[in-house]
Amino acid sequence: MAEERDANPAYDTQDPAMTEDRRLMQDTLILGGEKFGSRLIMGTGGAPSLEVLDQALAASGTEITTVAMRRLDPAAGGSVLDLLRRRGVKVLPNTAGCFTAGEAVLTARLAREALGTDWVKLEVISDERTLLPDPIETFDAAERLVADGFVVLPYIGDDPALARRLEQAGCAAVMPLGAPIGSGLGIRNPHNIELIVEAATVPVILDAGIGTASDAALAMELGCDAVLLASAVTRARKPGLMAMAMREAVTAGRMARLAGRIPRRRYAEASSPMIEHVGGER
Amino acid sequence: MNEGGTGLLPWPPVRDTRPGNAMKVTINGAPHDLPPGSTVAQAVQELTSAVAGVAVALNDEVVRRGAWQSTTLGENDRVEVLTAVQGG
Repeated sequence: MAEERDANPAYDTQDPAMTEDRRLMQDTLILGGEKFGSRLIMGTGGAPSLEVLDQALAASGTEITTVAMRRLDPAAGGSVLDLLRRRGVKVLPNTAGCFTAGEAVLTARLAREALGTDWVKLEVISDERTLLPDPIETFDAAERLVADGFVVLPYIGDDPALARRLEQAGCAAVMPLGAPIGSGLGIRNPHNIELIVEAATVPVILDAGIGTASDAALAMELGCDAVLLASAVTRARKPGLMAMAMREAVTAGRMARLAGRIPRRRYAEASSPMIEHVGGER
Repeated sequence: MNEGGTGLLPWPPVRDTRPGNAMKVTINGAPHDLPPGSTVAQAVQELTSAVAGVAVALNDEVVRRGAWQSTTLGENDRVEVLTAVQGG
């Protein structure tokens, strides 16, 4: 499966007509039956202002961006929806803040009604301190939402067994965490992410825990199809600059994955000829 | 619903907040007094007139926008009015 996932003719360097730009253009992410050129999915949480968010989204090159559903506040000024629509970004509502399958299903249905999309990032958390996803409630909600015609993108722990079950239940992708939301701890269990990637036939999106660009690159090097992040950009000292860094990191990690890294060795393997050097014997 | 009365709702509905004549509903967690016979559309109006990107649940069931005018509220109904905000 991993080979099939990584066999992308866009990166076939045997074809001299394939310029670098064309390769990048053609390396499309297919998610929920739609095509995307960017493999960086952005969240909108944590930005100090809509202006900063707007700049960061532009710099990131993202084509999909998450929003949360909350009670209408008549006093709230400015609309994140207007901003996303102006940018031409696909809006992905999440069910953040839900603790039960029932709450998540209702939130998804409200999002579908409010935003006119049947896509949902399913997020059912187990407690407020870790915000770790509740696997039982998540699976229950996923089954109900798939049956209701949703394109379900579930946020889960780095659990290969659960990822497989959710794929079998009809989810359009699986989104394992690298580390708790907003923690910036990076990818705590790269081995499990690799196991999920190896087994999955739907896109794997590394979601949560990204702290800096190298984390995003690592996710792609491990074989993830995309990365979802918010805080790492929106709470950076310079969100626009970090957004650019993430864009480059995701691209670099993707290319490195497709290029195929060299094996790790315990000892050196010389890259210069070891014969005919000064002072050598003949 | 219309406890202690004749069982008949006043018509046309009038906003009468005297105890017994007002209907108590919860909108986004806050108590509101609405005239008996009020609709989901009127409950939304309590919060906003700008309804783009807004969705409503009545007692945990989504009410499609096309049904806001025709869905009447009952005593102690819970109305949730949601929209998209920054998050995730």
